Amino acid sequence: MFLDPQILANGLMLGALYACIAVGFSLVWGVLNVINMMHGSLIILSGYLTFFAWLHLKVNPFLMLLVVSPLLFAFGYALQYGLINRVVSRPVLTTLTLTFGLDMILYNLMNVVFEATPRRITLDLGSLSMGDVVLPNDRLFAMFLALGLTLLLFWVMRTSRAGRAIVAVRMDRDAAALMGIPIRQVYAMTFAIGALMAGACGVLLAITFPVTTNISGLLLGKAFVVCVIGGLGSVPGALVGGLALGLIESYTGTWWGPQTAVLLGFVLMIVLLMTRPTGLLGKAGYE
Amino acid sequence: MKSSISSVRRPRRQGLVWFVPLAIALALVPLFFNNYYAQQATFVCMYAALALSWNVIGGFTGYPSFSTAAFVGLGAYAGAILQNAGMPMMLAWVAATAVTALFAAVLGYAILRMKGHYFAIGSIAIVESMRLLASSWSSLTGGGEGLNLPIFPGGPDHAGRVFFYAMFVVMIVAAMMSLWLDRSRLGFGLRCVQQNEDAADMVGVNVNASKIAAFVLSALFCGTTGAISASWVSYISPPDAFSILMTLKVPVMALLGGAGTVLGPVLGALVFVLVEQTLMSRFLDYSQAMLGVIIVFLIFFLPGGLLGAGLFERLSGRLARLRRASA
Repeated sequence: MFLDPQILANGLMLGALYACIAVGFSLVWGVLNVINMMHGSLIILSGYLTFFAWLHLKVNPFLMLLVVSPLLFAFGYALQYGLINRVVSRPVLTTLTLTFGLDMILYNLMNVVFEATPRRITLDLGSLSMGDVVLPNDRLFAMFLALGLTLLLFWVMRTSRAGRAIVAVRMDRDAAALMGIPIRQVYAMTFAIGALMAGACGVLLAITFPVTTNISGLLLGKAFVVCVIGGLGSVPGALVGGLALGLIESYTGTWWGPQTAVLLGFVLMIVLLMTRPTGLLGKAGYE
Repeated sequence: MKSSISSVRRPRRQGLVWFVPLAIALALVPLFFNNYYAQQATFVCMYAALALSWNVIGGFTGYPSFSTAAFVGLGAYAGAILQNAGMPMMLAWVAATAVTALFAAVLGYAILRMKGHYFAIGSIAIVESMRLLASSWSSLTGGGEGLNLPIFPGGPDHAGRVFFYAMFVVMIVAAMMSLWLDRSRLGFGLRCVQQNEDAADMVGVNVNASKIAAFVLSALFCGTTGAISASWVSYISPPDAFSILMTLKVPVMALLGGAGTVLGPVLGALVFVLVEQTLMSRFLDYSQAMLGVIIVFLIFFLPGGLLGAGLFERLSGRLARLRRASA
């Protein structure tokens, strides 16, 4: 039963998406020490943008990656620079309540503008079958794009100037400031990258699953769980956590039903929080 | 000795000056006004009790808890199940309170070892888990269809009054708990934990026991409130009982009144319900966005809350600066 290749493949496809969802959330949490409660709604927002561009303008959803991601980057930068930066050093209660409140606004506006009915892009790209295993091509593409984007972020963090600055701020904010790194801009950049990753995930989500505002909380929950499994603020952590959660949900979902799978994710998270609060991969820097 | 204590405590007695008249005014509402106003007054009492409860863990102790809805929902389900099993209503409320307190003690033992962000996330995850549990354990909870409760006899006006006074009593008891806690050894220990947990431990505060006690106190009246409102509405379902909106609203009310002040949360709940009724009822589709706007306003313009330290000083300082600028 453990070796059923279809369940394994489903788990990996789901897990890649989870990793991509969590990596931006984890970056913001790790560097800014802010829990971005808007992450799920940002994903849904870009999912809707992708859907409507496909429906009305016949834009290929994959192309929307190049449109939506920069849009969300700009939105994230403005939000952090103008609003969240002002309270970023206040206690978690303040920052969390603020992003929670902003999420309420965004969520509510999306419900009014787009309505919550699930919408789905149908691309009919066919599917790939190997023996008994059937892999829908759209999900397969989404999986590789999700993995590719996650690795791209890893590479950017390692090699680019902005990436090194973000890592430096994460390691020691005050020392980084003394070295001449503009903290406010780095914070805004970090939040913007988090939003960009959410935007990219939204596009991939719209290609593979129906989009509805109802699942924004669910997506946020996935980001929590993956972060706690993999540890905060590291790309490899998010990748391992995401794939682990994808596989766990795929197996438990097949055996005991989807609700149990979600519940198990939360229970696992709470147990891990109690026993290993730094995650399975420890507290590595964002590199 | 006395002086070192007073540096940790905050000024407090003045709270009763407005709380007693407010409570009396609230108690008179159902006698002089119609059922609609009685209903609103019930909401004020309910949220005041919840915000006072949250204040114990979030304000006094400084732990960012978002698990209010978990306790309210548990109380609602415990009360509903017991009442449907034939237990008299009042007894079911008391039993639901006990169940919730026990749950909070066990849960607190587990999650209070986390701090800051991890505690916040853990407390939100508790609400989500409870909701999933309530909707999947159909044999006990009725699953997604929810549970019906017997409708309170005697017509809506009579029922409205009964449930108002029930909530009113809970609010008064919660306020008394708050006043007691403020003067007690436990409350002093909690304020020490809030300022510096390690230092509190060093000087001999039993940190773990105090935090668990605070968590239980913060859950107790949530359970009662949940059970009462389940009987009041005569129907509960997982998304209503374990509402994510509620879990955010209650801390916001406490922050609005002034987190860590003794009776500020009552004022926060009153103002919040008034704003909600005047604004949100006119823009029904925008209720969540309104909550969001209130939060943004609160955090940027009223960070200490209505009764928090320094609001009047800051306002008068700003006025003085304005006067100087114009002169």
